[in-house]
Amino acid sequence: MLKNRSLIDPSDFTREEFREIFDLGHQIIADPAKYSKSCEGKILATLFYEPSTRTRLSFETAMLRLGGQVIGFSEAASSSTAKGESIADTLRTVECYADIAAMRHPKEGAPRLASHYIHMPLINAGDGGHQHPTQTLTDILTIERLRGSVENKTYGFCGDLKFGRTVHSLVKFLSNYEGVRFIFISPEELRVPEYIREEVVRKKGIPFEEVDQMEPYMNQLDFLYMTRVQRERFFNEEDYIRLKDRFILDKEKMSYARPDTYILHPLPRVNEISTEVDDDPRAQYFQQAKNGMYVRMALILKLLGIY
Amino acid sequence: MLEITSIEKGIVIDHITAGYGIQVFNYLNLDTADYNVALICNAYSQKMGKKDIIKINNVIDINYDFLGLIDPNATVNIIEDGKTIKKVKLEVPDRVENIIRCKNPRCVTSVEHYFPHVFHLVDKEKRSYRCEYCDDIVIPYPVK
Ligand SMILES: [Zn+2]
Repeated sequence: MLKNRSLIDPSDFTREEFREIFDLGHQIIADPAKYSKSCEGKILATLFYEPSTRTRLSFETAMLRLGGQVIGFSEAASSSTAKGESIADTLRTVECYADIAAMRHPKEGAPRLASHYIHMPLINAGDGGHQHPTQTLTDILTIERLRGSVENKTYGFCGDLKFGRTVHSLVKFLSNYEGVRFIFISPEELRVPEYIREEVVRKKGIPFEEVDQMEPYMNQLDFLYMTRVQRERFFNEEDYIRLKDRFILDKEKMSYARPDTYILHPLPRVNEISTEVDDDPRAQYFQQAKNGMYVRMALILKLLGIY
Repeated sequence: MLEITSIEKGIVIDHITAGYGIQVFNYLNLDTADYNVALICNAYSQKMGKKDIIKINNVIDINYDFLGLIDPNATVNIIEDGKTIKKVKLEVPDRVENIIRCKNPRCVTSVEHYFPHVFHLVDKEKRSYRCEYCDDIVIPYPVK
């Protein structure tokens, strides 16, 4: 039963419980109108202690498309935290008004802490560099829509694999499935952290390669997951500039890929995918964003116990 | 070997990994005790080579989770009338509260301060623990 549960970390739910959410997500995509009044009379609170317009809009639209309503704040400066209120007190107050909440916070573990003080379901919408489970749900739903299942596929990850939390989370999730294989494409400085490589990938016996070139590997991939190199991770502007332009996916590189190799990206992108790729039917990152809304709809319905 | 008179009523913590005796001593606030206390460092042990021992001439409350965290191989003997009436076997605790603190500067525990610091055991052999909030891994008392 997912009713009244919180999703803070992907390990909070079993594989079967995730299955329920994805199945409902596929059903919503097939017939969105059927769910347009499911959350009538319900309120979602979006508590964004740091701005993330994209994620907040996705949650809010999900609730609105279910017929529910939304309250919240979009940065700490406009909220009661600016007056020194604790996370626990803010959440306990919001619980008086809302039925479910999505929370984003710059500090790691803040949603876990908050969940100890309330009874309504809470969804982690990103806590620092730690977790962002609904992005992973989005990625998985997208993979399933395009290729049926996540099993028996080769996944390429490209860009900032060191700090890219969406990559870490997706790699961990995929590592639980049969027949997956990873190709990590990045400059030496931005390789996946040791704990992901050793504790997750190697421990589960998953075949993987770490490479610093794209072209020779493009035709092996079922999916290529691109990420951006984030300026705020670097102390020195020169390193940032040098590394951010290291891997740019353009038409020429796409010509090495198979016709059924799909390109994903958690967005926003900077320049790591050239806009000339956008019209390629294999570029699925905007559809992926749309799937993010659908999977959040499914998650809200499950946690509220409506479906 | 250095002679320490045996105690009548109290607690003897034996087989402490050499070097950790002082940490146990400090945790139990024995430096301010108004009863007889002995900390013996680098005593000879057939099994361990070197060990630390603490003798406390008083019955005090001991947090066994903390002792198990520092050194699960230590043994606690409760003494009455000069005889051991009970031996306590320590275990590496699965969960510890307010004993270790998270050192991750990005962790929520660095900015909010009204809740317990909780850690969960990850690897019993390495004695590594995971922060309840940020999942950072620490080895507070490494196996020597
Ligand atoms: Zn922590």
